[in-house]
Formats: sequence, structure tokens, C-alpha cells
Amino acid sequence: MPVEIDIAKVASLARIALSEEELRQYGEQLGAILEHAERVQQLPTEGIPPTSHPVPMTNAFRDDVVTGSLPAEDILAGAPEAEDGYFRVPPVLGDS
Amino acid sequence: MSDPADLTIKAAGAAMRAGELTSVDLTEAVLERARITESHLHAFLTLDQAGAKAGAVAADAALAAGEDAGPLHGIPIALKDNMCTKGIETTASSQILSGWIPPYNATVVDRLDTAGAVIVGKTNLDEFAMGSSTENSAYGTTRNPWDTDTVPGGSSGGSAAAVAAGSALGAFGSDTGGSIRQPAALCGVVGMKPTYGLVSRYGLIAFASSLDQIGPFARSVDDAAVLLEAIAGFDIHDATSIRGDVPNIRGSLNSGVAGLKVGIVTELSTTGIDPEVRAAVDQTLAGLSDAGAEVVDVSLPSCEYGLSAYYLIAPAECSANLARFDGVRFGLRAGGATTEEMMAATRAEGFGPEVIRRILLGTYALSAGYYDAFYGQAQRVRTLIRRQFAAAYEDVDVLVAPTSPTTAFPIGERTADPIAMYYADVCTIPVNLTGDPAISVPVELDSKGLPIGFQVMAPALGEERLFQVAKAVEDIAGFTARASLATSEVVQP
Repeated sequence: MPVEIDIAKVASLARIALSEEELRQYGEQLGAILEHAERVQQLPTEGIPPTSHPVPMTNAFRDDVVTGSLPAEDILAGAPEAEDGYFRVPPVLGDS
Repeated sequence: MSDPADLTIKAAGAAMRAGELTSVDLTEAVLERARITESHLHAFLTLDQAGAKAGAVAADAALAAGEDAGPLHGIPIALKDNMCTKGIETTASSQILSGWIPPYNATVVDRLDTAGAVIVGKTNLDEFAMGSSTENSAYGTTRNPWDTDTVPGGSSGGSAAAVAAGSALGAFGSDTGGSIRQPAALCGVVGMKPTYGLVSRYGLIAFASSLDQIGPFARSVDDAAVLLEAIAGFDIHDATSIRGDVPNIRGSLNSGVAGLKVGIVTELSTTGIDPEVRAAVDQTLAGLSDAGAEVVDVSLPSCEYGLSAYYLIAPAECSANLARFDGVRFGLRAGGATTEEMMAATRAEGFGPEVIRRILLGTYALSAGYYDAFYGQAQRVRTLIRRQFAAAYEDVDVLVAPTSPTTAFPIGERTADPIAMYYADVCTIPVNLTGDPAISVPVELDSKGLPIGFQVMAPALGEERLFQVAKAVEDIAGFTARASLATSEVVQP
């Protein structure tokens, strides 16, 4: 059974503006992919720890030494809009 | 001498040190090959002719002054366009990064610079490395140099095609579910995914952080080993980078396979495998047996769940990683009255359909109420697969399988069916989940004249044994065929 998804909610969480038609198509495709992916739930995994790295690692510390960083102007050079050393964006709250 | 563009790195290096070849002549030959073949292939997004020539001049001057940086000194190399190159546009084949010039180099790029390599350009890929055919690029598909009506594989299809065509002597790609090994198999070159954590991911545009690993493409196993040596080792800028000694990658390269035990994985070599691919694998196994290896069948039933686990883990991690592409700090910005509207419009306009599909899938899998059932469960299934591989390595030295279930498929054949496309990675995904190293070596051509790849897998940090067996496979197969677009009839009309 294809999985039923509230695709409009998912697209909103992902911050992607999609048309009704696009939502319908992606919803169907995701349902079919998830039907396949759900097979992982057939395996018993009680008490099995998750894996994220093949070599046991706990934490990656470095010496607490101040080092240089990239110049702000180099970073801002790649931004769509910048002003006075900041990224510039449209109003966050709209005109209400 | 034959066209220098067709030399291996080893042969070119020897010719340079014997005074028979300069890096300038070699680089010029490679650029000339690219100029002729690119209209057929579209392997490159950026060909940095001026930068490559300047690099070659500097390499020759250094060598003349007695400064030899090692085996990659003066060698023309291509990079997948998801590795940051300071001052050279880096797009990950996405509209959302169109025109973005990184302010820094990936660690791999800095290490290649130290090794004296000459960077010829940035190669095409499936957008953000999501795909198995390079058809998902926002800048047009790459074609396979063996048959331009077929795909080169993916996602690192541009790097594989460039090496097969002679437009670079070696290249680097990234492998998240098979994105180095599968295109290497489809393009008839060697492609290798190192142990997760052996090569720094700093400056690699992230797709799925717990799976991504950078590795080499080459025209011989020896060359692949040399390329890996140049980039392997701890990097403070990557928190998942492995501290400690790098494996002795070339230590046993010519030791043969006598006395080694080789396991052929039943679940990766039976169902859904093209009969011609399977026949080539069997022939190689017979050769390994003749060379003194013991070949046994190994069953790893949890591999059957690999594809399912992968298609939860990779989208989940991609949905988090690609959140940074929001129109604020880099790349494209679409219009919108508020910041949130601008972000949603930018992402809809900037991302292609496969990337949107995976972001939505991952967002769903990570959303409230589903995290443990999907992502958590998939990460635990990884552990089950790891344990089965580890148990197998108690008994055998390496595991083997086909690299790809089929040879190169026609352009357009699978673009309408995401699941059929995902199946292209069924043989390569398990070691991304375990983190172990693996390599694809070309062994044979099928009846259509398309290359077949043989995959060797080894335990984590078992690169020395991996390359030892891969070299034996290469010697047994004696694969010397070249892609039709790299033969003299085509390039010298």
C-alpha cells in the first residue's frame, strides 16, 4: 500500500513553494518510494544501536587556540544582497 | 610516443622525469582532447584552460629546479563540481548555486595543490550528487564516451567520462551510494570509495554527511592508489575525519592473491543482475581461483534491506544539509514580500525535481512522529548490515560482487521512474552504509561493447588488501579496450 502523506504540510516544513499539481505528483511519488523504504521496519532491531561511523569515535576535539577565519567581505561577495557587512533580506514579518 | 592524453599517471610521471615529456605538453594534449570530445560528451561544467596551463608551467619550472612534489607532480586532474575551488565557480550542477565562486578550497583541493597536480576543470554531476546517470544536472546531461546514446552513470558521471575520454589523467568524485564506483563501471575506468573518514569532507558540498566520501577515478589500479595517497589522512576541519595512521595503500599492490579467501556476495550477484554482467564476474572469479585465491559464496541477507535503509537515511540527511540553500548567503534569490516567501520561492526555482523529491522525503521521514520509525530504524538496520559484513570478514579477506546490475543504459530510459533509477545503486549501497572501502575495476565488454565493472570490498581501513586484490583483478582481466571517443579515429579526424 502506498503511504498517505500530508504533502502540503511537508512542503511547507521544507520551505518549498509548490503548485497544487506539483504537490499531487510529489505526493504520489513519495508514497511509492516510502512503500519500498518501509521494508526496513520488517527487521527486528530491539536493542540494536544505530550506526553513523564505521570507526568508533566519541568526540572530535581540537586545541583551544584562536585561529584565523575567512574575511567577512569574501563571504558577503557571494551573497545575493549585502549591506554594511550584513546579509540583506526582505522583511521578516511582512507589512502587518 | 602515442598521444600523451592516453598515458597512465605512472607512465606520464616516468616520461616527465626521463625528460621525454613536460607537464605543459601533457596538459596541452589533455585540453586538446577535451576541446574535441566535449561537444559529444559534456563531461565538464568549467574547463579552466588558463589556470591549467599556468599550473603546468609552474610544475615544469619546479621539476627543472629539482623540486619534485611526487607522483602527481604536473599531472592534469579533473574535479567533480561539488568540491569547492577558490576563485573557480562551483555549482554542484544546481541552478541554486549558479555563479557561486567559493572563497576557500576544499581540503582535497589544497592537498592536490601540495602534490603538484594541475587542475583542468570541474566536472558535471547529478544535481547535489543525487542520481545515478548525470541526467539530473541543471546544466545538461553527460554522455558515455563508449556510446553517446547511453548514460555515463552517476552521480560523478562527468569525472568518469573525462578519464575514459582522455580529458584528464585522473579525477575525483564523491560516493554516497555508489556515485564513484557505478559511473566508473559504466565508463570502463577504475573508481574507488575509501573508508568513511579516511578523506576529509571539508569543502565537499554535503549531500548525506554520514555516507559521503571523496575518492579517485583512474585508468589503472596503481594510479587510483597514488591519487588516494595524495588526499588521505586526518583533517582538523572535518569532525568525522579519522585520526591516526593512514593505511599503507600501495604496500601489497603487487603481492597477488595466492592464499587469500574471496567471498562472492549472493544477495548482490544473483537477482536482477544482467546475465552478461554475471558471466564476466564468474570469469574473473575463475581467474582469481587460478591465481591461487580460494573463492567461496557468502550470504549477507540484510543486504536486501540496504536500498530501503539508504532511501531513508540519504534523503533525511540531505533535507537537513540543503536547508542552507535559502537565498540568503549564496547563490540564487527569487522574489518574495517576506523572507519566508523569498526562501520558499528561491528553493522551488533553484532545485531540480530529484532534489525536491529527496528533500520532501527526508523532511517527512524526520518530521514529528516519524523520526524513529524511519531514520532511527534505518540507522539500526545499518548496524545489522555492518555486523553481517564484520562476521563475513572473520572468514574471508575481501568480498566481491558486480559493481552495477547492468552496463550503461540508454539516456532517458529511467528518468520517469525514480525507483528504477535507484535500483542502479543496489550493489554499491551496502558499503556506504557500513563505511567500508570498495573499488570497481573494469573487466570485460558486453555484447554491445559496453564495459562491465567488478567490485571488491574490504573491512574499514583495509585499503592495503583492497588494492592488492584489485590489482590482481586488473592483471587477470587484462582490460585494455578504450572508449570509442578516446580512439584516434575520432579525435584526429
